[in-house]
Amino acid sequence: MFTGFLTVTYDISAVALKAHPEFKSLPRISKHTPLKLFTPSTIPLFTPFLMKSYHLDHLDYLETEAIHIMREVAAEFERPAILFSGGKDSICLLRLAEKAFRPSDIPMPFLNVATGHEFPELLEFRDRRAKELHAKLIVRTVDEALEKGIAVQAPGQISRNQLQIPVLLGAIEEFRFDCCIGGARRDEEKARAKERFFSFRDSFGQWDPKNQRPEIWNLYNGRLNPGENMRVFPLSNWTEMDVWEYIKREKLEVPSIYFSHKRRCVRRGGQWVPDTELMPAKANEEVKEIVVRVRTIGDIISTGCVESPAATCDDIIDEIAAARVTERGSRADDRVSEAAMEDRKKAGYF
Amino acid sequence: MSSNSHPVDLLRFNTCGSVDDGKSTLIGRLLYDSKSLMEDQIEALERSADITGGGQINLANLTDGLRAEREQGITIDVAYRYFATPHRKFIIADTPGHVQYTRNMVTGASTANLSIILVDARQGVIEQSRRHAIIASLLRIPHLVVAINKMDLVDWSEERFLEIKDQFEEFLPRLDIKDVKFIPVSALQGDNIVTLSAHTPWYPGPTLLGHLETVHIASDWNLSNFRFPVQWVNRPNNPTDHTLHDFRGLSGQIAGGIVRVGQKVMILPSGFSSIIEQIWTLDGLQEEAFSPQSVTLVLEHDLDISRGDVIVDAEDLPGSSSDLHAKICWMNPRPLTPGKQYLIKHTNQTVKASVTAIEHRINISTLEKQDGITELAMNDLGEIRLKTAKPLIYDGYARNRLTGSFILIEPGTNATVAAGMLLPPTEVARPEYCDFAI
Repeated sequence: MFTGFLTVTYDISAVALKAHPEFKSLPRISKHTPLKLFTPSTIPLFTPFLMKSYHLDHLDYLETEAIHIMREVAAEFERPAILFSGGKDSICLLRLAEKAFRPSDIPMPFLNVATGHEFPELLEFRDRRAKELHAKLIVRTVDEALEKGIAVQAPGQISRNQLQIPVLLGAIEEFRFDCCIGGARRDEEKARAKERFFSFRDSFGQWDPKNQRPEIWNLYNGRLNPGENMRVFPLSNWTEMDVWEYIKREKLEVPSIYFSHKRRCVRRGGQWVPDTELMPAKANEEVKEIVVRVRTIGDIISTGCVESPAATCDDIIDEIAAARVTERGSRADDRVSEAAMEDRKKAGYF
Repeated sequence: MSSNSHPVDLLRFNTCGSVDDGKSTLIGRLLYDSKSLMEDQIEALERSADITGGGQINLANLTDGLRAEREQGITIDVAYRYFATPHRKFIIADTPGHVQYTRNMVTGASTANLSIILVDARQGVIEQSRRHAIIASLLRIPHLVVAINKMDLVDWSEERFLEIKDQFEEFLPRLDIKDVKFIPVSALQGDNIVTLSAHTPWYPGPTLLGHLETVHIASDWNLSNFRFPVQWVNRPNNPTDHTLHDFRGLSGQIAGGIVRVGQKVMILPSGFSSIIEQIWTLDGLQEEAFSPQSVTLVLEHDLDISRGDVIVDAEDLPGSSSDLHAKICWMNPRPLTPGKQYLIKHTNQTVKASVTAIEHRINISTLEKQDGITELAMNDLGEIRLKTAKPLIYDGYARNRLTGSFILIEPGTNATVAAGMLLPPTEVARPEYCDFAI
């Protein structure tokens, strides 16, 4: 029992003395302090040191890292934007932006590149949240881009995931954004695991995995030549679990579809997807009303629903702790090939 | 793990090893045995095993994510991996062990609390192992683990284990690492990774994961010299709360020490003194804050302060100079030659700098200093002299990793060409307006 006590005391004593000079009269504690000093009667004298821990837990650490990155963006870029879809990761981004910039306004607009095939619950939430934060929300959609001819649908292609690329690049050009902050995380996917916090993109928005800037300590190189662009990912080091723990800790609202609800679903490609008019069930496909939730939100066609009774953040955290499939295991867009994400990123994806 | 679990902390470590040391296998094993691998990941591994591995699951495919890496069987870049146990969360920086090695290892090591060096039990300590230890010590990683791998191939011999330990300890005194742990393992078979091996009754423990879960990291940050590089001036034009319309805050991440309300501080380089009036956060006003927290400070006096200025404890001043002496790792294919102009990014400011001299190159296998050097090539470590357009407010890297480090950027290409660690300052910061007193 005494060993544990000693270790703690030793580590913070010098620090605590600095912060609480009024305790300078106490004997200074070091590894050389004789054990006999710690008698039952002296222990209360040391309690001020023991009450206070100068050590961050994992969420605090991830938070301070992300806030630092957000502020670097605000300080170093002329026209940054935050990519906000209404999904759980970008919800965390917005809280981090509040933490970084309040009591000022968040000094950048929100940009949403919508597929036009969103869950209605998501759009309602997206608009409401932006309003609550007094932020400017810019929405550009695949539908508009198809109309204008900026994006062209491949024959037989139904998912609009790939089509978000020209829409994003179009919006970057239209508003001359030099930096877009996104909610991507390295634990999502193997190609993302190799991407930097500050991910440099050439004037075509392309990512070159073999030619990335080294990132050392907390020194980020955000310098660009005209036309070039930066994507910044403050949540790079966060896991799905961290995101939910943060949502819980910060009491953040998330769209209702993350929680368990009843929905008509079709069995397709080994998973349940929402039964929608966009892609009606074929005669041989099984349709069922089941209790589901979504784990990750893409467009409504490619988002798999998981059967789940999880109705609260706590339920979800327990569910993830026990989960045996990764988050993106339920995204059809990532199942195309082993390198699906790598290919999209090289083409300019988020 | 349950939702009501107590707060856990975070350990960042990097793994180093040469191509066949089984580094990726070790990481795969940690993820697999700590049940951090998911069914679809295992399924994807099996899919690629059928194509390339002749049916044998290759745990290395877990970390080597890019197409070219899988095709060539190499790791191109630093890859970050995440796993958790009920005791701790972990971030692994996995660095490849071939070309561009030093550059990648410096990158991975710069944020690590701990470094795992893999040694092949059959080969013992080779040049590569020494190099890894030297880089870890230059970057001041507080903790080192020497995992002696492939013990199954030396018949779990205690004698061999001790022999390698001796080889390693022979050159340790030259390094600046206080905490070194030797663990005999077989990454392929999982011995002493998560559970103690029946093959090594002579080894009392801990297992690798056991050590990672318990190694003491609470004192890895500098908590003794208060340093606050101003990152962003927080001045609401249109505050949501109208009482804040005179608010002038200084936002940033505490790079060292502890700050308290009422503390006397000095702003550098100007030298103005003031007192901390508020420590503002979205979660409410704080009485004190410590490194590496991100906060917004409000001072009692309205002073002209901008990004790049540093707020420090008035009784504990850092160094200041525009003539700098530093160790650097060169990271660009175009070599460094003296006289060339670069941009230096140090804490929150970027200023012009020129390299005035290369003092010597550091041989990363022997730590010997080679004089008479005219250039530093990619992956070279060396000591240089720099002249900056404006004095930097800094500490020696050994004292503070955040105020003692910098990067060099090449103008034009904007490439990050070097990582630098400053040697202790010879001059204490002298305020520009020293006779100004409040």
